[in-house]
Amino acid sequence: MIKVALIGAGKMGISHLAILGAHPSVEIVGVCDTSKMVVDVLKNYSGYDCYSDYLKMVDEAKPDAVIVAVPTKFHYKMVKDLLNKNIHVFAEKPFCLNPTESLELSSLAKEKGVVNQVGYHNKFVGTFKEVKKLVNGGYIGEINHFLGEAYGPVVTKKKSDTWRSDPNEGGGCLMDYASHVIDLINDIVAPINSCKGSILKSIYSKSVDDSVYALVNIETGVSGVISVNWSDETYRKMSTSVTINGTKGKIISDANELKVYFKSSSVPEGYSKGWNVKYVTDLAEEVDFYLRGEEYSSQLDHFIKSVQGIVQNDINTFESAWKTDHSIFLIKEQSLA
Amino acid sequence: MERIIFGDNQFFAVNHISDEKSRAQSIKFKDDAAIIKTLDIAREGGINTFMCTTHDRIANICKIIRDNPEYSDFKIYPCMPYAHKYANAVTDLGIAGTLKQYVPGNFIGSMFKGGVAFLSKDYTSIMELLIDAEMKMFRGIDTPVIFLQNVITDLLLGLGMTDFLVAFAKYVEKKYNAEAGFITMNLPKLLNTLEAAGLKNPIICASVNKANFRMSGGKDLYEKTISEGRCRLIAMQVLGGGAIPASEALEYVSNLPNVESILFGASSRQNIENTVQTIRYHDYKKTEQLVSA
Repeated sequence: MIKVALIGAGKMGISHLAILGAHPSVEIVGVCDTSKMVVDVLKNYSGYDCYSDYLKMVDEAKPDAVIVAVPTKFHYKMVKDLLNKNIHVFAEKPFCLNPTESLELSSLAKEKGVVNQVGYHNKFVGTFKEVKKLVNGGYIGEINHFLGEAYGPVVTKKKSDTWRSDPNEGGGCLMDYASHVIDLINDIVAPINSCKGSILKSIYSKSVDDSVYALVNIETGVSGVISVNWSDETYRKMSTSVTINGTKGKIISDANELKVYFKSSSVPEGYSKGWNVKYVTDLAEEVDFYLRGEEYSSQLDHFIKSVQGIVQNDINTFESAWKTDHSIFLIKEQSLA
Repeated sequence: MERIIFGDNQFFAVNHISDEKSRAQSIKFKDDAAIIKTLDIAREGGINTFMCTTHDRIANICKIIRDNPEYSDFKIYPCMPYAHKYANAVTDLGIAGTLKQYVPGNFIGSMFKGGVAFLSKDYTSIMELLIDAEMKMFRGIDTPVIFLQNVITDLLLGLGMTDFLVAFAKYVEKKYNAEAGFITMNLPKLLNTLEAAGLKNPIICASVNKANFRMSGGKDLYEKTISEGRCRLIAMQVLGGGAIPASEALEYVSNLPNVESILFGASSRQNIENTVQTIRYHDYKKTEQLVSA
């Protein structure tokens, strides 16, 4: 059994806790949160040992691995403390407030030789995994342009401020929402390493951006557009999509549906020349416990299996999250220029 | 429970395979009249139970149903809560903030004042107040079964908070004279947990399909669990998100033993009529086989 503790029992933390609670190889040894009510419920109804001080929890509960699901501004210090105690860490996204901190943590995790993962769950979505396979296999040829989009109804009216509306705490559409699609592009195509122009726009929020529009490049010079808006109430929930144009074809994919066009008959198995449509129902891998989407269970299962040494710790590593933080930084810098 | 139950996903742009289809549904069902028209097609097909989430728009539909004597024997199975309402609020306001916003009266406000000690019954009371708030729109409508949505059922299941599942069942029975139902993506685990907590032969609504879609633990385990007849099962997502041909999908689920009801939703007259006819055909064939045996 892997002993796991959680820091931060908010929406993501509780979701992770439920999935891990049902995981056959996991024993929950502690939960740390500052809300008395949340701690009270988890103690009385789930029977977890609860703490308000994460260092005390780590010393007493002696977890093998810790899930860090607190606002981003706390990640750097907490993750560093955990790494220094040789504890495996799964941190929520975005990883850190700036790439300098992410790089330091990434190096430290490598030095300590502990498993490290960040919660960019899209990489565990069946359709996006297939997109990566098609791109890496060269089936759409040389890429010449990409479009990464995400839309959803997070902030749809003017209202009081929360941590999400504080740029110093990791709030805002770029950090909190666009990070998903930037990370996906970085993984499928290549890390975004320059930004030609970007607009960070507020629509309803006072102090943070509600939409992000950017013209970007990857190292080889391939261009792309990032278009993200979390104040779009025509979407019932977050919708993330990528469009990739290549010399031999084109891919349009969201988390549910993958559409791919092949110019010629040189196609992978199960596809044919012209348009092909695949659904996540064909591509999703079955999980042992389902809560909000297969990908949430799969990413935690991957983390636990990495700790057990069953699989390689090679998806969503701190290093890949550092590259995403760097891409985010470039887009932010360019918007101020 | 009726053999065929009509669902509401299509009305609220819930589509598991395509964002484009989901937008088309949003456009089609913009007006309440379009929802009612589709419900009437289902009724013509002999379906008299509508299973729906507690979405704001259902309040209008309930009003039409309540005011129209034509629907006097029409039943609704409410499924609560409409998860996105709370999920968006939690993202924005946090857990305590969300409770303050949605629990009626000043109960939460007074709980948060001055570090009052929380008692277990307080949390059950919060749940009861939330149930009452969700049930308001169904006043005067026959709601013999009240469901807990899968995201909540499965969250409580994963957290080991079985007490809330039991408290939900007790409260809907006491206050609404209704049976509790549980929607889940984890049928085998939920059933074991409910039985261990003393809820025998519970009403459970779960994904059951030939495509092995959203059947946690796998189709074999599901088939084994279902064959034991330990719960009153409503099969949902029977088309497996569209991964297999509808006729094949319906043949599979119609012929599974111990599936009391089949839940489906569709937008067009043709799809509704075809689905109903296909299920009835397989049921008829099954009865004939039994008779001739």
